[in-house]
Amino acid sequence: MDWYILIQQLINGLTLGSVYGLIAVGYTMVYGIIGMINFAHGDVYMVSAYLTAISIAVFTFFGISSIPFLLLCTVIITIAITSVYGWAIERVAYRPLRDSTRLAPLISAIGMSLVLQNYVQLAQGARNQGVPTLIDQVFRIGDGDAFVQITYLQIIIISVSVVSMILLTFLIHKSDLGRRCRATQQDRIMAGILGVNTDRIISITFVIGSAMAAIAGVLVTLYYGSFDFYVGFITGIKAFTAAVLGGIGSLPGAMLGGIILGLSESLFSSFVNTDYKDVFAFSLLVLILIFKPEGILGTPETEKV
Amino acid sequence: MTTPLLDINGISAFYGPIQALRTVSLHIDTGEIVAIIGANGAGKSTLLMSIFGHPRISGGEIRYNNVDISGTPTHRIAAMGLALVPEGRRVFPAMTVAENLLMGATPVNDRSGDADLDRVYQLFPLLKERRKQRAGTLSGGEQQMLAIGRGMMSRPTLLLLDEPSLGLAPIIVQRIFQTLRDIADSGVTICLVEQNANHALRLADRAYVLVNGDIKMTGSGSELLGNPDIRRAYLAGA
Ligand SMILES: Nc1ncnc2c1ncn2[C@@H]1O[C@H](COP(=O)(O)OP(=O)(O)OP(=O)(O)O)[C@@H](O)[C@H]1O
Ligand SMILES: [Mg+2]
Repeated sequence: MDWYILIQQLINGLTLGSVYGLIAVGYTMVYGIIGMINFAHGDVYMVSAYLTAISIAVFTFFGISSIPFLLLCTVIITIAITSVYGWAIERVAYRPLRDSTRLAPLISAIGMSLVLQNYVQLAQGARNQGVPTLIDQVFRIGDGDAFVQITYLQIIIISVSVVSMILLTFLIHKSDLGRRCRATQQDRIMAGILGVNTDRIISITFVIGSAMAAIAGVLVTLYYGSFDFYVGFITGIKAFTAAVLGGIGSLPGAMLGGIILGLSESLFSSFVNTDYKDVFAFSLLVLILIFKPEGILGTPETEKV
Repeated sequence: MTTPLLDINGISAFYGPIQALRTVSLHIDTGEIVAIIGANGAGKSTLLMSIFGHPRISGGEIRYNNVDISGTPTHRIAAMGLALVPEGRRVFPAMTVAENLLMGATPVNDRSGDADLDRVYQLFPLLKERRKQRAGTLSGGEQQMLAIGRGMMSRPTLLLLDEPSLGLAPIIVQRIFQTLRDIADSGVTICLVEQNANHALRLADRAYVLVNGDIKMTGSGSELLGNPDIRRAYLAGA
């Protein structure tokens, strides 16, 4: 094995992993606060990919030619609209079932996932969609055949993910809002008795998760350039795997799980078999659920959210 | 006659088919210390929790300051001046002591949090020493102090406590009841639920006896303390 291939794969894996981590935040926070797996979260991410493409097209049409400004507008719009989706899904599909059985919101989530896929397929067509390449510069290290290259976009993806995670961690651990989120997660009824509007906190959790998924959606769409209405399923399951791997309910666990999954998937596809890389992630999920369902950081005492 | 601070009027409460409260009526006047005593499963916790809408009552009314609050959303009630120190303390285990206290200040919008913190640290100096410790790692007595301190953070008019002496050593119970006396002297109205009636009846101006979800007896603290039936039922070993 050549060292530069290994390093290249680690860089690719880190890129992929930080994106999984961003999406995993949505699964883990929602699970932490209402104990349900939001199966529609992957499709919220998928919606954000479409919003990215639409925003880029619209803003370009209106003559925004500076690429940083175009991307900034795209990120803001995509985050805003995706958050509305996340918020609305909770209001419409989960909140009315809050006090029923544990199974009901899960089934509702699967329904919501199908609704989103079909709605996007009808509205946007089943074809692959794409966005133009906006950032194509690369760093190249090494010479001749032995080189490693890092695209600017990879650097952007990794740094935006890291900054987002740091800001989120700060919000959760240092702000009044974050304290209320943690209280709601640890004892929802008691938080309510102390004056916390727990319904609003739950809404905010969905908004935060969707916003993180939207950031991931913009980044991945720029990275791969193409997507379809089905990307939410595969990416969603992988991000869910990341959340479970890190310990579902744990915020640092989501990021750690994402990075471990990204790295191992990348190494697997380059050194074992590319065609089976999705199967690899699913097998990993099954193995964790069997042998270590609490994940790496998810011991019962661990602080969640 | 002035209107009571809290006026509970014929309330019933159910958990599915189980009726936990059967048309309970009681009242608490401003400045009083009222005790509610009853055996396991009598409905004491249900009574206190139903004031906050868990469970919602299915008959009767709960008037606070002459306003019916039985349909008020849970999170609005604390802001009206009620605070609950619940059964089992229910501190947030993964938060620090200071964060737990700040949660208690939610109804007053975290304003003047520092002054409120100081007041609570004066009541329980130990909490100040432990302010950075995770609440889940506190001893039972320390958690109880924290739960009471958290309740005081919203500067309540009416403090409701559910078995604050449960599982604590006699010396700690003594300390906690002394603090409750101090809190009452500072002008807070107190409603205290206890299974172990000895301390509660000594502290209380008035008391109610709850049996099977129903008020069976009422009187001043000393009257009930002297009642042989009460002594037999609730003061065993005291
Ligand atoms: N969440 C619940 N679901 C079903 N039944 C409940 C629930 N909580 C309480 N009950 C029932 O309601 C009745 C009253 O319970 P409650 O907890 O109010 O009693 P208590 O007087 O506080 O008892 P203790 O002294 O043991 O705390 C009991 O029969 C109990 O089994
Ligand atoms: Mg009780």
